[in-house]
Amino acid sequence: MKAFTRLNGLVCPIDRANVDTDAIIPKQFLKSIKRSGFGPYLFDEWRYADFGEPGMDCTNRPKRPEFALNQARYQGAQVLLARDNFGCGSSREHAPWAIEDYGFRVMIAPSFADIFFSNSYKNAILPIVASAEIVDRLFKECEATEGYKLDVDLESQTVTTPGGFSFKFEITEHRKHCLLNGLDDIGLTLQHAGEIKAFEEKHKAAQPWLFGA
Amino acid sequence: MAKTLYDKLWDSHVVRQEEDGTCLLYIDRHLMHEVTSPQAFEGLRLAGRKAWRNTSIVAVPDHNTPTNHWDRDIEDPISKTQVDTLDANIKEFGSLIYFPFKHKNQGIIHVIAPENGATLPGMTVVCGDSHTATHGAFGALAHGIGTSEVEHVLATQTLVQKKSKSMLVKVEGALGAGVTAKDIALAIIGKIGTAGGTGYCIEFAGSAIRGLSMEGRMTVCNLAIEAGARAGIIGVDDTTINYLEGREHAPKGEQWNKAVEVWKTLHTEDGAKFDAVVEMNAADIEPQVTWGTSPEQVLAVGGNVPNPANEADPVKRAGIERALQYMGLQADMPITDIQIDKVFIGSCTNSRIEDMRAAAAVAKGKKVAGNVKLALVVPGSGIVKRQAEAEGLDKIFIEAGFEWREPGCSMCLAMNADRLSPGERCASTSNRNFEGRQGPGGRTHLVSPAMAAAAAIAGHFVDIRDSRN
Repeated sequence: MKAFTRLNGLVCPIDRANVDTDAIIPKQFLKSIKRSGFGPYLFDEWRYADFGEPGMDCTNRPKRPEFALNQARYQGAQVLLARDNFGCGSSREHAPWAIEDYGFRVMIAPSFADIFFSNSYKNAILPIVASAEIVDRLFKECEATEGYKLDVDLESQTVTTPGGFSFKFEITEHRKHCLLNGLDDIGLTLQHAGEIKAFEEKHKAAQPWLFGA
Repeated sequence: MAKTLYDKLWDSHVVRQEEDGTCLLYIDRHLMHEVTSPQAFEGLRLAGRKAWRNTSIVAVPDHNTPTNHWDRDIEDPISKTQVDTLDANIKEFGSLIYFPFKHKNQGIIHVIAPENGATLPGMTVVCGDSHTATHGAFGALAHGIGTSEVEHVLATQTLVQKKSKSMLVKVEGALGAGVTAKDIALAIIGKIGTAGGTGYCIEFAGSAIRGLSMEGRMTVCNLAIEAGARAGIIGVDDTTINYLEGREHAPKGEQWNKAVEVWKTLHTEDGAKFDAVVEMNAADIEPQVTWGTSPEQVLAVGGNVPNPANEADPVKRAGIERALQYMGLQADMPITDIQIDKVFIGSCTNSRIEDMRAAAAVAKGKKVAGNVKLALVVPGSGIVKRQAEAEGLDKIFIEAGFEWREPGCSMCLAMNADRLSPGERCASTSNRNFEGRQGPGGRTHLVSPAMAAAAAIAGHFVDIRDSRN
């Protein structure tokens, strides 16, 4: 996994509550057996006027100009600004794969859906929960200021606006450690393989039917 | 201190805990389908790892599989590749149960695991699928996970998790006639919202929940994720134990007796504390119909579509306006005036035998309305299908003008050929009414199986309680 330490990134606003993972990456793209290449289809139905199919070349597809990702001022954005319950619905990790593949590394919202939230960390994306007031303020500033960038520092757990306003965010030590060092969980967990084995044997002795054929 | 059911399930599976509360949780059952597993197996292969315990795996292709013309195999080459990839991965890494495409017991993963006795009380269950919450009906801790976590469970038999908060949703009293588990679940989502359960494990309790069959309980737990909760659970009682007895992978003989002893302790103790409590009166719950593009946008069938002008919160008002526009509905119109184009009875929410029976009871001797272009009934598994056919339900559906299909996820998420065309409106027993969920531009209204069948017959939504009179 890529490490994440600090980012000064252009912000793109997606001003809707309850954005679901079907909207983030529609089901037809889930047929891929790869992890990469989903970025061009991120928000496919909101972004393009035609029906997207896997493998399509998106460069000449008709775009919906009103959608933020299609607007010149948001090209190259790395920070996705969203509303409540972002990423609800399906557990598809194709959603964070698409977000990361597009180029986003940070998401800020008042709340995220649980599974999407944990999937994001596994893909070197930092989801930041901020109060509804702060998120509202960021939406307003972003709307008013072309080229609006946020400075996100994981070490100090701080986000700073161009105007110098800053706020802190929470993250568990485990996730912070993994992101800062670009570590994925499997290698870390396997350092405890002996403990897992010991637990497994005890568990099997107590409830053998859980292991039955 | 008195423990909740969630405490018991959690505590009995913690392998180790970090200082920040992050735990390694041991996983007993790993369910898989073709959509969210290929990248996980590929990751294992690239790292030269094996499956830690392949007898924990129960797998089936369900999302991409066609529900008719099985003689033609899978015609979509990309879908076929994904299903073939699951075949190859299971062959390479092993499993306890694998029902390939066209196997007589193939079906939706969340239907086949319980009906084969592979979901047991006291288990931790995961699947790369958010509707894994279904299995909580058995007093099991069941989480939907992402593909990286699928790979993690394959490689380590554990999940890195922090304990959630706990919520008790208590539904007391008797349900009215024509009101089902689906209506309970939709009413709960309507009350607490699609993010109401975010960060929580929800325990469903109360006499109305205890009065449900296992299939009804699975429907309720299945929809926990639509309330934002990664897991929904129900304590074990005689209904649970009676359902499991004799199922193929359930324990037998002396093991069964020992298991039952343990299972009988799987309930919340008196005086245990929850972080949140929601109480509902079953008698107040009416048949539900969603009108918008989020499961929380739901009303009793006798209601009228909301008017955004009455909503003070600007984000919510914009949400209502957008939903009305997408759904092609007028503010204040009665739900029963909404005409439908298609009907879908199926999905991991409502495709079990009792769902089939409930829909057939409404359809019996009637005809699908002329304005309904397609009414699909898709049983959840080969076992459900054969049982329904043994009871003659297939004939009832076919005579009424429904199509009786082969098992699979089908039009719940339209990854196969079953889908809505832009603008088409569907009465659906599935779980998500998101934009484009059942096909780009498609409009979904979530209802119970009986309500879907009644809408098929009338051509618009009707109160099932009226059509029974």
